[in-house]
Amino acid sequence: MNDLTRQSAAVLADAIASKEVTAVEVTQAHLDRIAAVDGKVHAFLHVTADSALAQAKAVDAKVAAGTPLGALAGVPLGLKDVLAMKGEPTTAGSKILEGWRPPYDSTVVARLRAADIVILGKTNMDEFAMGSSTEHSAYGPTHNPWDLDRIPGGSGGGSAAALAAFEAPLAIGTDTGGSIRQPASVTGTVGVKPTYGGVSRYGQIALASSLDQPGPCARSVLDTALLHAAIAGHDPRDSTSINATVPDVVAAAKKADVRGMRIGVVTELSGDGYQAGVSQRYAEALDILRELGAEIVEVSCPHFEYALGAYYLILPSEASSNLARFDGMRYGLRAGDDGKNSVEQVMAITREAGFGPEVKRRIMLGTYALSSGYYDAYYGQAQKVRTLITRDFNAAFEKVDVLVSPTAPTTAFKLGEKLDDPLAMYLNDVATIPVNLAGIGAMSLPIGLAPEDGLPVGMQIMAPAMADDRLYLAGGALEAALTDKWGHLLIEEAPAL
Amino acid sequence: MSTQNMTNGEVDVYLDYDEAIGGYDPVIGLETHVELGTNSKMWCGCSTNFGADSNTQVCPVCLGLPGSMPVVNRAAVESTIRIGLALNCTIAEWCRFARKNYFYPDMPKDYQISQYDEPLCFDGYLDVTVETPDGPQVVRVEIERVHMEEDTGKLTHAGGATGRIHGADYSLVDYNRAGIPLIEIVTKPVTGTGRLAPEVARAYVTELRNVIIALVVSDARMEEGSMRCDVNLSIAKPGAEWGTRSETKNVNSLRSVERAVRSEIERQASVLNNGGRIIQETRHFHEDTGRSTSGRSKEQAEDYRYFPEPDLVPVAPSREWVEELRATMPEMPAVKRARLQAEWNINEFELQSLANAGAIELVEATIAAGVDAAAARKWWTGELLRVANETGVELDSLTVTPDDIKQVEALIASGSLNDKLARQVFDGLINGEGTVDEVVAKRGLAVVSDDGALLAAIDEALAASPDVAEKIKSGKIQAAGAIVGAVMKTTKGQADAAKVRTLLLERLGVTE
Repeated sequence: MNDLTRQSAAVLADAIASKEVTAVEVTQAHLDRIAAVDGKVHAFLHVTADSALAQAKAVDAKVAAGTPLGALAGVPLGLKDVLAMKGEPTTAGSKILEGWRPPYDSTVVARLRAADIVILGKTNMDEFAMGSSTEHSAYGPTHNPWDLDRIPGGSGGGSAAALAAFEAPLAIGTDTGGSIRQPASVTGTVGVKPTYGGVSRYGQIALASSLDQPGPCARSVLDTALLHAAIAGHDPRDSTSINATVPDVVAAAKKADVRGMRIGVVTELSGDGYQAGVSQRYAEALDILRELGAEIVEVSCPHFEYALGAYYLILPSEASSNLARFDGMRYGLRAGDDGKNSVEQVMAITREAGFGPEVKRRIMLGTYALSSGYYDAYYGQAQKVRTLITRDFNAAFEKVDVLVSPTAPTTAFKLGEKLDDPLAMYLNDVATIPVNLAGIGAMSLPIGLAPEDGLPVGMQIMAPAMADDRLYLAGGALEAALTDKWGHLLIEEAPAL
Repeated sequence: MSTQNMTNGEVDVYLDYDEAIGGYDPVIGLETHVELGTNSKMWCGCSTNFGADSNTQVCPVCLGLPGSMPVVNRAAVESTIRIGLALNCTIAEWCRFARKNYFYPDMPKDYQISQYDEPLCFDGYLDVTVETPDGPQVVRVEIERVHMEEDTGKLTHAGGATGRIHGADYSLVDYNRAGIPLIEIVTKPVTGTGRLAPEVARAYVTELRNVIIALVVSDARMEEGSMRCDVNLSIAKPGAEWGTRSETKNVNSLRSVERAVRSEIERQASVLNNGGRIIQETRHFHEDTGRSTSGRSKEQAEDYRYFPEPDLVPVAPSREWVEELRATMPEMPAVKRARLQAEWNINEFELQSLANAGAIELVEATIAAGVDAAAARKWWTGELLRVANETGVELDSLTVTPDDIKQVEALIASGSLNDKLARQVFDGLINGEGTVDEVVAKRGLAVVSDDGALLAAIDEALAASPDVAEKIKSGKIQAAGAIVGAVMKTTKGQADAAKVRTLLLERLGVTE
């Protein structure tokens, strides 16, 4: 088999199962690739080479013994550093958790292990998943493999870049306002934010509990579906996880059919503010969907214009509470403990030293929004907006099966370009945020390169809650048509590193 | 009173209670925390056993480790509903948990999961009886709410003068207690109790404890902290608007509830009479002095930034479940007391004494074990209550069981023990010297019933006092007492005095 790092997860899994290659060979090839290119990309914060090879060896032993294997057994994966992995550094991109090794596995990690998926290491991210560029990582930014001077998106830039740099065929992300989808969009990869509660949050270091959702990332729709199936399903440890059968996303990805499907174009998520090349590729993708037999209709979601405002009240509010526990008392960084400072002073000094500026900004926003006398005007009002956005979605899904929009208004911007302008950074998530507020599922998949900068453009597909299979049905069909047109997946056009 | 004392609310000389209550009407409010006796914690499967080594009953959830998530303990919800039903509350059809945000090292998440504006149970009442010079009086204490929350870890401060976190050399945290299901029962303001306020407060907490024990939802041991009470109190001139309230914490026994209310009325009246003002503050009660000292001031109300807990789904107990629980409620203590009063043929005062002593269940169990009702009451409210009071523990904390009393009573009935020796048996049981038989054997506690041994002792005593022997022989039978006494002394009280007397008179050939 040719370069193992260029293969899809599905192909690798088949090759391992049929003894064409060993899982150890596949894992070693990816570890070698990481060693070769991650100095430029910085997708990984921590490579778990030893445990990865041990896992791979165990898979090969199972293959030799004829033990039944999971659909992705032996395939390597990059894990966003926000998910607890027993015994391995887990920092959420923050100095305040430097050196902390969780004594337990997140449910996602437990399921990956159970599926014999090999975890290569922990991928870089904006600190506590706050950001759209991975520049807010306390451990330095990740670079976009398409152009190393550009951002890989965020917060899950590390996971997306690892895929785009062929350091891993699979990755796990988490999506609170677009942190899976926007990085997928700007790196020419695929990412899915499942329906809220579709994948357990247990062991995901919480940013905003009511918005957070782990999900699968890969270079193709089918690989994404296979990973989705491996991690999804009810978890008694997460009260908010859905206790129902997971839709058959793999079958949907294989079926890949939009004939007769009604696809709604969200009026509010296009036009002004969208880069010309983004709008152009988006329009072309709609044409392709129409040619494939879908019915394209325009749908209005009038309350989406309030989504960003509501999001930036709800998220900081929940984050301010979720991040309170990082106080230097039990784990991670402790600063200012000189024997003289009071416990409150040690907490304050630790948090001052351990948190980056974006984290502090959001903690302050959230603390303010939840304050007595302001709660109703801010948090309470934002929850009402959230209800209205959910109603917009519900009304839209009365008329259509899925909704679409560009994933992000622009292609990858330059590192540093928006770092000093939080509002401009926040606006990058304008199209992805409504999905989290409503708790529905959405996918981003590549639909071409913007003519003006040659960088990937992504389309977002949104489906009603619990109907994540529709994402794969539509995404699979569009991907197949585009692959036919180009002769390969878009990611194959990424420059050599 | 010095200026300094005027501002910090501390008092050099307290008015006595009669003076204090003479000029003011008190309003009390009681917040009672009860640790539920569930096997596992509120959000995880960790054990709730008391007394384990520090930080051995913990997991990622109750340590609040990054990424961990809570899951509601159904047994805790059930216990809370049962308490709500016992307190005549409405049970919410739908309610949520909320986060109470504040930083403190005993709280792993730096927020406590509690309930805020949507408690599980609300609008109830509990009738309590207090003794007055005019006889027993029933007072209805209205219940504002019963809600669920989690306990914090336990801090131990080493070094420093205050025993508090400030000034300590270092502090240790035991998170075994963190996440233990806690319920808070809050009364509405209790008004119109006048000088009876301390007794009403005690009677309420006592009755609440009785209810909780009857429901078997907690052992409600105040000395172990599984039941804790905060006393809110304000006073005002009759007819005036309510005064500023203080909140007294660290009230760790039923007796302290009464003392804390009394003391706080005295303190506030003293401050006001001296022209001072009451500040809204938390105070700490001290068992040793019976007085409280100021804790942190609450003049700038703490902002807990409550918001609905997003990691948990709402609790929506079905009406069927609630009715099922209502149908399986045990007999409530007040109903039971009325029944027992009739069955044991005692008056209300006697029963109230038993109730106040926390002895009803013990007496009942002792009778159930086969002991005569009067004897059961005698031991629990006599010797055992005396020991409990002396050592400052609740009656049911003594290591004496109804079955022990049954055994002791059997030994008395067979003549092997007398009451005096029985008290020594109980002393041995409480000291952990083993079972009744073991204590009897180890301490050599047995009535000397061997006639030979007694006759020998009688002969010895007669030989030592020949004059007394002559007196008895001559018909002065009352002189026998001296010889009986001497015999009891040689047998270390382990003889049946009546039997000694009979044997003595036989020996001397005297008839009465």
